Amino acid sequence: MTVPRYWRNIGAYYRLEGIKCKNCGSLTFPPRNSCPKCHSKDVETVQLPRRGRIVSFSLLRSPPKGFEAYVPYYVVVVELENGVRVFGTLTDVFGEVKEGMEVEAVFRKISEDGEEGLIHYGTKFRPVARGC
Amino acid sequence: MTDNPVVAGTGLTKIGRRWEDSLSDLFAEASRQAIEEAGIQPQAVFVGNMVAGELDGQEHLGLALEDGAGVFPLVPAFKVESACSSGGSALFAGYMAVKSGVYDSVLVAGVEKLSEEPSDNVTSALAEAADADFESYYGASFTSLNALLMRSYMKEYNVPRDWLSEIAVLMHKNAVDNPYAQLRKPITVDDVNRSRVIADPIRLLDCSPTGDGAAAILLARPELVKGDVQVELAGMGVGVDTIAVNGRSSLSDVPATAKAARVAFSAAGVDVNDLNLIEVHDAFTIMAALALEDLGVVSKGEGAKFFHEGNAERDGKLPVNPEGGLKARGHPVGATGVYAAVEVVRQIQGKAGKMQVPRAEIGAFHNLGGSGSHAVVGVFKRKR
Repeated sequence: MTVPRYWRNIGAYYRLEGIKCKNCGSLTFPPRNSCPKCHSKDVETVQLPRRGRIVSFSLLRSPPKGFEAYVPYYVVVVELENGVRVFGTLTDVFGEVKEGMEVEAVFRKISEDGEEGLIHYGTKFRPVARGC
Repeated sequence: MTDNPVVAGTGLTKIGRRWEDSLSDLFAEASRQAIEEAGIQPQAVFVGNMVAGELDGQEHLGLALEDGAGVFPLVPAFKVESACSSGGSALFAGYMAVKSGVYDSVLVAGVEKLSEEPSDNVTSALAEAADADFESYYGASFTSLNALLMRSYMKEYNVPRDWLSEIAVLMHKNAVDNPYAQLRKPITVDDVNRSRVIADPIRLLDCSPTGDGAAAILLARPELVKGDVQVELAGMGVGVDTIAVNGRSSLSDVPATAKAARVAFSAAGVDVNDLNLIEVHDAFTIMAALALEDLGVVSKGEGAKFFHEGNAERDGKLPVNPEGGLKARGHPVGATGVYAAVEVVRQIQGKAGKMQVPRAEIGAFHNLGGSGSHAVVGVFKRKR
């Protein structure tokens, strides 16, 4: 991934920034140029809530290039507290993973582009710790 | 609007590890059959392909293939790409080109080569069907995105694992009779359930294999086509949805398929109940179950049961993938939609040999791109 391309996505990668349409009010993640619902270009960047629940998950064992070190890892669709759905992976999993499980967004290293390339960072989700 | 295009000729190569053959050789093998059967030359070529740029370093593929093949004089050539539905999309382009009257005859060819690269390269190339910046970036494989749908579907409709495994078993059984198929070997439910986990709950034998292959159809205006049995491409439809799975409100259906089917069936003037056979895009077993539901063959949650009750067998209520589907015939990605179309045509022509289903007059094929982002449906009819 080139530096400018990475840089364009930093808000969404680091801070879970999506867009809010000033015309119809709908929220979208990842950010799109215009509102996918009403197609207005009058959109603003908003930070999405960092908590949500798992809608569906898969434990991936056969990874694409660059993700070998993480295998096996969970890919998930998370529905955030405001109803926006986000695709991602889980980290810091120690117990069983289930649909409906509460998770929170955390900042993590995602992958690296070879020995000398960019290190990619972004948002992963981790199970919300329960008091014990 | 002019007449519907008629099929003048078809061609298929055997799917597998075709190390002796280049992309152009595969293209040549399938297109030569189609052109010789048709007895006419194409005025243009539409190529369905997904990853030749990424894996073979060859873009400008339409021209590269026809030049590399040398099977017919060079004509305008276009590559059409929509991930795993590239073949269906190429056929859609050919359908528009003939139906609009711009060309009298076009060759539609799906071509793909997946067997020569290390499997992680292939996994990464296929993952390009997903949203590169927000799915692949985080380590999604294409299988894992389908796995999200499978888990969601099994939970929502309480579908037993064995019913999905039975879909793979039927496809392997059907492919035993298919000389073009990649996996001509029967398997059992136990084999599926004990195969290696790729992305839970998807196991190796839920997945279609990767292989090399090419399929071709020559479409032409009706007056140019000889032969007693004329098969027309009576209607096509394309339906779309968001590129990434998180943009969809449900993970237990594929609305793009339903949209494509509505358009195609209405253009062809048929109802789903008129179909004598159907080819569905079973890249993973779950996708076959979902396809039957979204095409309107059965209601929501009943797709896997349709297979379980034997309705999808060659002599069943509606034969599904009598040649073995993607699962066992094989899935040379960009060629798959054209394979499915050729299989439907040959069934209607009564040329399917041991795979022949009874009373094949009207048949449809379904071709899906991405994790449910782009669906193509086409209806072929015997012309009366």
